[in-house]
Amino acid sequence: MIYLLLFLEFLKIGLFSFGGGYGMISMMKETVLLHNWLSEAQLLDFIGIAESTPGPIAINMATFIGTSQGGILGAALATLGVVLPSFVIILLLAIILKNIIKSRPFVAIIAGIRPVIVGLIVGTGLIFVYGLIGLSDVYTPFVFDYRSLIIFVLLGVISFAYPRIFKKEINPLFLIAFSVFFGIVLFAF
Amino acid sequence: MLIIAMKNRLLDLFLTFLKIGATTFGGGYAMIPLIRHDVVEKKKWLEEDELIEILAIAESTPGPIAINVATYTGYRIKGFFGSLLATLAIVLPSFFIIFAVSLLYNFVRDNQIIAAAFMGIKAAVALLILSAGFRLFKKMKKSWYSIIVMFFALGALIIFDLFAISFSSIFLILSGALLGFIFFFTIPVLVNKKKGEGK
Repeated sequence: MIYLLLFLEFLKIGLFSFGGGYGMISMMKETVLLHNWLSEAQLLDFIGIAESTPGPIAINMATFIGTSQGGILGAALATLGVVLPSFVIILLLAIILKNIIKSRPFVAIIAGIRPVIVGLIVGTGLIFVYGLIGLSDVYTPFVFDYRSLIIFVLLGVISFAYPRIFKKEINPLFLIAFSVFFGIVLFAF
Repeated sequence: MLIIAMKNRLLDLFLTFLKIGATTFGGGYAMIPLIRHDVVEKKKWLEEDELIEILAIAESTPGPIAINVATYTGYRIKGFFGSLLATLAIVLPSFFIIFAVSLLYNFVRDNQIIAAAFMGIKAAVALLILSAGFRLFKKMKKSWYSIIVMFFALGALIIFDLFAISFSSIFLILSGALLGFIFFFTIPVLVNKKKGEGK
């Protein structure tokens, strides 16, 4: 039953997604690959679209993956699944458990989780970077994609230089606009 | 009159979060300045201190930060019903925009130019995730413990990916929670107890 599965998988992702949208990308990747919902390339398309449309990335991803597997009902259930844990937890905190957040066991658990999340996000980023240049796993021959590497380096230079020139962080939308331009120039012709 | 005022407040809450959901790009931290502008400065639903406290809570609880803020603000304004309405409002624009885009995506994905654009976007996504990771790393409290745990999680993720082993990050997150509980709570409590007995 795809609807129930979508709901339960996204409920699980919602429950463990510390660190905001990026924190759940490793779990989304594992889930979509496990169920053969998406290929890694499609997943990256989806993340790109989720970044370039308004709203929280997690919601965009849940809606997108839900739609691809189960139409509008699938989208609704996946989105409900990803929102529900955070909704219930914040409500409980607001109503009764306001002090738990400062209690020592809770602080200890969060201090334990935080470095794991940082590792997961950096690791997911690295996996996408080596995937980009043509390395998928040890069983698949390496096919060097120099054009993707050129785009990655150019974008890296832009996002490094931008805050030093304009004194503020680059908007992800700008970066994606540049990437679309480079992609078309290098890959379309 | 009172009923009309209450209804207006709910409507206001709904429309404000609908607007935030429809106009903020980039998710998470990118949404905070806009939320602050509307919720703290314009509508005065929350004090600045309250927003900072909510953001701290949002960082320690699962779920997208924008959703956490919407749920909490809604509750403060109009209880359970307010929180439901604010959360729904922030989700709805995303939901319908993405639904429309995903129909379009299937339609245009095989176009040569679109496919080339997505090859570029792939690089941007990898860079955005990596820089989000580095930003969090800079913010992280550095200790031997956190550095070792971070590299362990990172290494495990990459090894499982390279050897194509099916695996869930949830396991790593739960291990982190358990280790945190032992190192930062249980051990300090035991150590203090021993000291107490010695006296």
